[in-house]
Amino acid sequence: MSLDAEQVAKIAWLARIEIDSDAIPEYARNLSSILDFVEQMDAVDTSGIEPMAHPQDVPQRLRDDVVTESNQRETFLKIAPATENGLFLVPRVIE
Amino acid sequence: MTAMHRMTLAELVGGLSAGDFSSSELTRHFLDRIAAHDAQLNSFITVTEEAAMAAARKADEARAAGNAGPLAGIPLAQKDIFNTKGVRTSCGSRMLDNYIAPYDARVIEGFNDAGAVMLGKTNMDEFAMGSSNETSWYGAVKNPWDTERVPGGSSGGSAAAVAARLAPAATGTDTGGSIRQPAALCGITGLKPTYGRVSRWGMIAFASSLDQAGPMAPSAEDCALLLQAMAGFDERDSTCMNEPVDDYSAGLTQPIDGLKIGLPKEYFTEGLDSAVEARVREALKHYESLGAELVEITLPNSHLSAPAYYVVAPAECSSNLSRFDGVRFGHRCDNPKDLEDMYCRSRGEGFGDEVKRRILVGAYALSAGYYDAYYLKAQQIRRLISNDFAEAFKQVDVIMGPTTPTPAFRLGEKADDPISMYLSDIYTIAVNLAGLPGMSVPVGTVDDLPVGLHIVGNYWSEARLLNIAHRLQMDTDWHKQIPEAFA
Repeated sequence: MSLDAEQVAKIAWLARIEIDSDAIPEYARNLSSILDFVEQMDAVDTSGIEPMAHPQDVPQRLRDDVVTESNQRETFLKIAPATENGLFLVPRVIE
Repeated sequence: MTAMHRMTLAELVGGLSAGDFSSSELTRHFLDRIAAHDAQLNSFITVTEEAAMAAARKADEARAAGNAGPLAGIPLAQKDIFNTKGVRTSCGSRMLDNYIAPYDARVIEGFNDAGAVMLGKTNMDEFAMGSSNETSWYGAVKNPWDTERVPGGSSGGSAAAVAARLAPAATGTDTGGSIRQPAALCGITGLKPTYGRVSRWGMIAFASSLDQAGPMAPSAEDCALLLQAMAGFDERDSTCMNEPVDDYSAGLTQPIDGLKIGLPKEYFTEGLDSAVEARVREALKHYESLGAELVEITLPNSHLSAPAYYVVAPAECSSNLSRFDGVRFGHRCDNPKDLEDMYCRSRGEGFGDEVKRRILVGAYALSAGYYDAYYLKAQQIRRLISNDFAEAFKQVDVIMGPTTPTPAFRLGEKADDPISMYLSDIYTIAVNLAGLPGMSVPVGTVDDLPVGLHIVGNYWSEARLLNIAHRLQMDTDWHKQIPEAFA
């Protein structure tokens, strides 16, 4: 599987990661070699094999529907890049 | 008295309770060693000197008052992947260079409860993605046995710090070999527990279905003491299992005669350095002399471990790392022109190349039209790999082989070739896919570079693995070797 520069740019956009256009050809090369490598999987017939999402085959644990978190607004705002009036501040979204 | 850094953790616990030295003296000793030697190794990202000395004094007071915890006053190094309240938790990334954790990870809580003292946070591959510790934003870590070589990764800072005895012991995390591979390359003992044994709460996630924290220390006896403080059920990690926790130190010296050791024929084949194989065979011979029986087994799908891993891990990483968006914490780019620009540039600047590569591979593998061919297929292969182990454990008690195919490689040697880097974890990855516990134990050297024996057990067999490793260490002293420059 070989990815071209345009495909890499599209994936980078999907992942919201800016990559310098100069660096894209090398990413394309590396990503293509990784995809070639994982394609060894294609040689195996896996029809009927139950996918394994998690090492322990147990049902998801449930808990009571009660509040367990305390209000830590100040603590969390203190480490944010930008805040205003007790809220996280981001660039304007709606003009 | 033996110098404090040449004592094992068990000896240090004994020395503290006998009053041979105080925690303040012990902690000072290790802080001085870090100051004197770490410029050569770069094994710490942050040294928490003041907090360490304050914690040491508190431990000394607790001991005087007769209520010392099991690790009271023992200095430890924590991998910089664990959230530590009030202390920078960078995960080796520029993204989190300015992140002061607002809470403690469960593993850190466990050590605090036991009375341990944190010396600082150790260097690591960025977001634990790497096998050489060269992807860290804070620079590569050097192997104390040869500072032109890598210590392994991703817990390379922890491994190097312990090998050079800049800390008596440390924590690591292991997603595809990140405890066991650096332990092997640095000549120390490391244990990756069963998936679900140690809570992942507060441990920065890389690949959630594979990540597991564990101890790294000179000996198995030391690892037993650390694991005791780490293991156990925790509501806050939904995959942490409510299984009884063994007393990991109680059975260390039990005889192992009759132990059936499986040797996967796929692990002793091309790609394995012949001198590494020779060291591993010597250790196996020693186990035979202790009454163990060697049985050839097969893990027929093991060649598919790395391909399946390099789909599952990047897919989970691309999902987990979407939380780093420059909004609530971590790096934000200057002067974003709009929200999309802020996301893209904050992430573009905050992440290094290997992290970006893995996020992109994951995003691709999970994208519409490709999910079945990659992620689903990898999960099916994961089942086959897990079934291989289940079959093997019907015949044998543990599985042994080399931890890595070669000793430590040179800095830069594999840095430009992701695939060749990925293959240095070829023997360890399958264990994470299956969720089994595994250890690396030092069993000798090749050209003065350490070699690790990989011991894999069935689910929840940590106590047995520690016992098996300890039996070898009762008769050998590879785990006591310290590189000359740091002796």
